[in-house]
Amino acid sequence: MEQDNPKKSVTPDHGSGCCQSRREAMKAALAVTALFGGTVRSAHANEAADLPPQPGDRLVRMDDEGAPQPLKATDIPLASKPVRALPFAADDALLRDGSRLGRVILMRFDPAALDAETRARSADGVLAYSAVCTHQGCEVSEWDANGGAMFCFCHFSKFDPLKAGTVTAGPAGRALPWLPLKSENGELVVAGSFSSAPGVRKG
Amino acid sequence: MRNTMKRTVLAAALLAPLAATAALPAYAPVTDARLNKPEAQNWLMYRANYAGWGYSPLKQVSDKNVDKLQLAWAFSTGMTEGHQAPPIVNNGYMFVATPNNQVICLEAKSGREIWRYKKTIPDELQQLHPTNRGVALYGDRVYIATTDAFLVALDAKTGKEVWKTAVADWKSGYYMTLAPLAAKGKIMIGSSGGEYGIRGFVAAFDADSGKEAWRTYTIAGPGEPGGDSWPGDTYKRGGGSVWITGTYDPDTNLAFWGVGNAGPWMADTRSGDNLYANSVLALDVDTGKLKGYHQYHHNDSWDWDEVSAPLLIDLEHKGKKVKSLVHAGRNGYLWMLERTDSKVNYVNAWPYVTQNVFTQLDPKTGRPTYDPARIPATGKTVNFCPSLWGGKDWPPEAYNPHTGLLYIPAQNNLCSELTGEPVKYNKGELYLGVSIENVLTNVRMTPESKVHIGEVQAWDLKTGKKVWTHTYPEMNWGPLMTTAGNLVFGGGTNDRKFRAFNASTGKLLWEFPTNSGVTGVPSSFEVDGEQYIAVQSGWGVDAERMQGAFNAVLDKKTTVPQGGVIWVFKLPRK
Repeated sequence: MEQDNPKKSVTPDHGSGCCQSRREAMKAALAVTALFGGTVRSAHANEAADLPPQPGDRLVRMDDEGAPQPLKATDIPLASKPVRALPFAADDALLRDGSRLGRVILMRFDPAALDAETRARSADGVLAYSAVCTHQGCEVSEWDANGGAMFCFCHFSKFDPLKAGTVTAGPAGRALPWLPLKSENGELVVAGSFSSAPGVRKG
Repeated sequence: MRNTMKRTVLAAALLAPLAATAALPAYAPVTDARLNKPEAQNWLMYRANYAGWGYSPLKQVSDKNVDKLQLAWAFSTGMTEGHQAPPIVNNGYMFVATPNNQVICLEAKSGREIWRYKKTIPDELQQLHPTNRGVALYGDRVYIATTDAFLVALDAKTGKEVWKTAVADWKSGYYMTLAPLAAKGKIMIGSSGGEYGIRGFVAAFDADSGKEAWRTYTIAGPGEPGGDSWPGDTYKRGGGSVWITGTYDPDTNLAFWGVGNAGPWMADTRSGDNLYANSVLALDVDTGKLKGYHQYHHNDSWDWDEVSAPLLIDLEHKGKKVKSLVHAGRNGYLWMLERTDSKVNYVNAWPYVTQNVFTQLDPKTGRPTYDPARIPATGKTVNFCPSLWGGKDWPPEAYNPHTGLLYIPAQNNLCSELTGEPVKYNKGELYLGVSIENVLTNVRMTPESKVHIGEVQAWDLKTGKKVWTHTYPEMNWGPLMTTAGNLVFGGGTNDRKFRAFNASTGKLLWEFPTNSGVTGVPSSFEVDGEQYIAVQSGWGVDAERMQGAFNAVLDKKTTVPQGGVIWVFKLPRK
């Protein structure tokens, strides 16, 4: 009963356009926390958990229970259904699970099959993309083996993992953002930020 | 001469917009009296009347002249995905809802845009069903339910927000796509999310202030009647979504709401009847109190939402007068129930499409007995008909009081195969119990479905006999409208066509290829003595999903182009 108790409010104003400034504020808050050398798990833990993947983050399986285990390239099956993952700030033991927009999907290919540009952002053949479809925000969770495409079950937008996430079919209007990776001691490590803003671009 | 002409043209150009504006009368507030007895020239609500008929008393366009129907105007909505809302018309003002929570107000005669509203939705929101099935008109306001679970009141004249109320938590998978029901100072809505582990409800809000008046859960909790039909705390995530507008009987002040599937999909995870999933509820509009119900099928395992509200039809069935509730079930049976001032009684039911799950119905209560081999379960692979989209999904039936016939947009001969698997609840995530791969490829064709699937059926409710059937090779996702001109209109096929049939015989009289597939609810209205037929074309959501499932199993692959357009037709001027 209590879990279903909905928020009730009557708001006369337009509630929109909040998020950019909020993100900036969160980043600032995080920077301050970092300066003082404290663990991020304190007052600002929630805000840090909302952040998109940060350079140096590890990646852990989304459906894992128990202690987060940083994923290795060999944990990702070759050319099959993407593995859903969350960014994990290992030093702070902080799982960034606050925002759906930070979710990542991982796929692995034979490094020899990747062109130079794609290989440069891969780690041992593993490629990372935003898990959130650019069409209507559903999860890009599926793999079309025949078409060599990642796709979203909601409305069948398809994206080519070997061509920087370009749309190959369906209603999505723009590519799936990619996330550069590197490998450290065999673990997958985030090497930069998303190539463009994840999620649906509001017109 | 030339100068004079120039001046005349200039003057006409300057005057034209003024003239168009002047042609529109002052906005006429929508009162309870008007909603109880809607004028023939208007289409004031989702199905034109509270009884849910989808019927227009206009008859200028008829079976004699519909072949001359031609385009009056068209208007691009700027959206892709499923355009399902009827163009709703009040004395020359048209209100159209589109995907992505947009409302466009137009001059009904010309298509001139008067205002446009679009609700900003959260960046993180995922829209499994980016659609909207229409606005409600009440007083001088327009009401829309949104996919981030807000109810918004707009000023009908300006499109400005008057208030907005958060109805439920979208982060927990609640979202809204239905046209609200307006009656007696209240705006009633329900929530989608049956695939996200929600606990469904119907709620009413004060039309003036947006304050919540009542909320009745469709899934009974502990201590409530029916609460013992859910084991443990499964009721908390039991589904029972409400995503189609209820019908309303002003005589008894009862609104009738259809309730969606129980969740998660596999019945063995929640042994019991699972009240009131897959039911119709009779709710008192003043208090929300549950006065009566009928559960079409218990312990659902087929994703057969029974969300379509029953049509209120007073008729004679097999010699007995019945104030009936008629519902073409997703479970493949056509149900006739009796409404009273409280209880809902079972009268009769029979299959209208191929159905292999029910072995019999209790003649007194209508409760079905299931073939155990046809009940999907965790760890089992089960084939059943009709498919998980049912004999009829959400597209509404229509009833014509002149022909006495009920028209059903049906999917016949189609079956599904599901393999149940264990599922864990995660807030805001799909909660199915069937893999997504399985859902995407669930369709099983039969020798019959290779011949045809989609149908428009006409049933004589007096006798319970089918009078005519029009068949389509593939699906039919077309809501139906019928008119006093002895016509039935509907689209729904993957060839982009919108059609008119003779309501008595089923003869195809007119068809028009639109920009996309027509899954919109058609409407009809009159301005300045001319009758118009209006519909949105814009393929998407479940029609597109079924097409994907067909493409996965058929040799023939079909891509239906997307993009929303409002189409408005009329006869040529004499």
